[in-house]
Amino acid sequence: MVTASDRDGRTIEVRGLTKRFGAVAAVSDLSFTVAPGTVTGFLGPNGAGKTTTLRMLLGLVEPSAGTATIGGVRYRDLPRPITTVGTALEAASFHPGRTARNHLRVMAASSGVPSSRVDAVLALVGLSDYATRRVGGYSLGMRQRLGLAGALLGDPGVLVLDEPVNGLDPEGIRWIRTFLRDLAAEGRTVLVSSHLLSEVQQSVDRLVIIAGGRLVYEGTLDGLDTGGTVLVDAPDRAALAAAIRSAGGSVEPGDGGLSVTGLDATSVGAAALAAGVPLSLLMPRQGGLEQSFLDIVGGGGSR
Amino acid sequence: MRFTGALRSEFTKLLTTRMWWVLALILVVYVAFTAAALGATFGGILPGGDEAGLVGDGAPALVYSVAVTVGYVFPVILGTLSITGEVRHQTLTPTFLTTPRRGIVLAAKLVVLFVFGVFYGVVALATSVAVGAGLFTLGEVSTGLDDGEIWLMFARAVLAMGIWAVIGVGLGTLIPNQIAAIVVLLAFTQFVEPILRTAGMFVEGLSEVAKFLPGAAGDALVGASVFAAMSGPDASGALLEWWQGGLVLLGIAVVVALIGSLTTWRKDVT
Repeated sequence: MVTASDRDGRTIEVRGLTKRFGAVAAVSDLSFTVAPGTVTGFLGPNGAGKTTTLRMLLGLVEPSAGTATIGGVRYRDLPRPITTVGTALEAASFHPGRTARNHLRVMAASSGVPSSRVDAVLALVGLSDYATRRVGGYSLGMRQRLGLAGALLGDPGVLVLDEPVNGLDPEGIRWIRTFLRDLAAEGRTVLVSSHLLSEVQQSVDRLVIIAGGRLVYEGTLDGLDTGGTVLVDAPDRAALAAAIRSAGGSVEPGDGGLSVTGLDATSVGAAALAAGVPLSLLMPRQGGLEQSFLDIVGGGGSR
Repeated sequence: MRFTGALRSEFTKLLTTRMWWVLALILVVYVAFTAAALGATFGGILPGGDEAGLVGDGAPALVYSVAVTVGYVFPVILGTLSITGEVRHQTLTPTFLTTPRRGIVLAAKLVVLFVFGVFYGVVALATSVAVGAGLFTLGEVSTGLDDGEIWLMFARAVLAMGIWAVIGVGLGTLIPNQIAAIVVLLAFTQFVEPILRTAGMFVEGLSEVAKFLPGAAGDALVGASVFAAMSGPDASGALLEWWQGGLVLLGIAVVVALIGSLTTWRKDVT
């Protein structure tokens, strides 16, 4: 289904992308690459510049500097863009008085996509029964599905989805996870934004994380895991802390003990034994990806 | 290819919400009501109508042309809403995603709205002629429909409605905020321009300017207007030739659309 030459046209490249709104830089000198055949999560707290970046990639917002291309071509230079890049941005972009089917027909007409395809994508996202209903009566979850149907309309090799999980029920979330994996398995490039790592954790292979409009991480999901901490305690905390420091760990006062980073539980135990400090507690704690994510975007995050 | 796609998309877009036929329905009712009132007066059905000999043989043209005289606001509104509605409902995002060359989108809208304006013109004229000619027949007055001149007037009236719709698109790109655009449209057409044109009848030199106003140019293009007739026998002198009026109207449409396309139409869609 996907040939090698197709794949060349499916890499998203962002180079030095910058957007200033007056004196405020929403996105600063951002560079990353999204490869075909993977699901890439585009993460960052709200206000990090995700949506602005995606809108620059899609030619809706003019960059102050830098370029964003799909297979080396700017979006606006694509001859029939929706057959190359499928996009679902925020859920509100529908005329409330138009039916779902007609919304897709308007899109299809622009790019010579046959109307049989409209019914096919409506069936794909499970909206066939509501196709002739006005979108004004749709729930948020149904709008998300319609947005996804629009993205799939041109059978594109690249999918750009902005917060597609928002507003979906648990069943919908599970459905979309499987769906994204299948799309990537077919060789497509899938870029999914979210402000919560946990939302996309199970479906992404790679991550691009931004905070304050700057790139803070680009790489695999595993590479993000900075390792957990070890919670340790002893009646003589000062001696314990000294022992751990001399073994190369760093120590902070933790919740009911000392929180150790840089050493695993075994090394902490060995260091305590070597120093002759009896322990009252030794517990490895998985910081987890979410914690690493929050650390990397500057703690706290935002909801 | 891109342009034909954009055209098809814009046609589908306009036909898939209720706006176009709701406006057409109001247009028909409004024109029918006005044509009935004037037709009954000039047709001699109402007492004291044509006794004044105010309009004489021009009565049919005046009654039929209410299609444009009172109806021209409707294609302007449809044209304006074709832009401001997309801004309001944030559908510019899918529109520009499917056709990222914004100039092509705008050009397609101008063509589609011109066609719809022409359609509104045909509907409005059919209404005013049906009502007017019916009343003239009842009053045993000539309907004027055997006169070739009046059919030429019909053609110019339909053309004028098409251009009015194009002006509406231009207005929408210039003022993308729906409420602001409609307020400006109504204030200008119902208040500012009538006052300027009325003042033009009395103030030396102002009439030379007033005849380039869009409403005056539109009246000139159609070549018959109950408002122009009411302002007295000299009033026709205050209008341009029909072809000049047409060019001025078209010029206004092009200039407004051009300014809009170079300013707000280029803005970031966030």
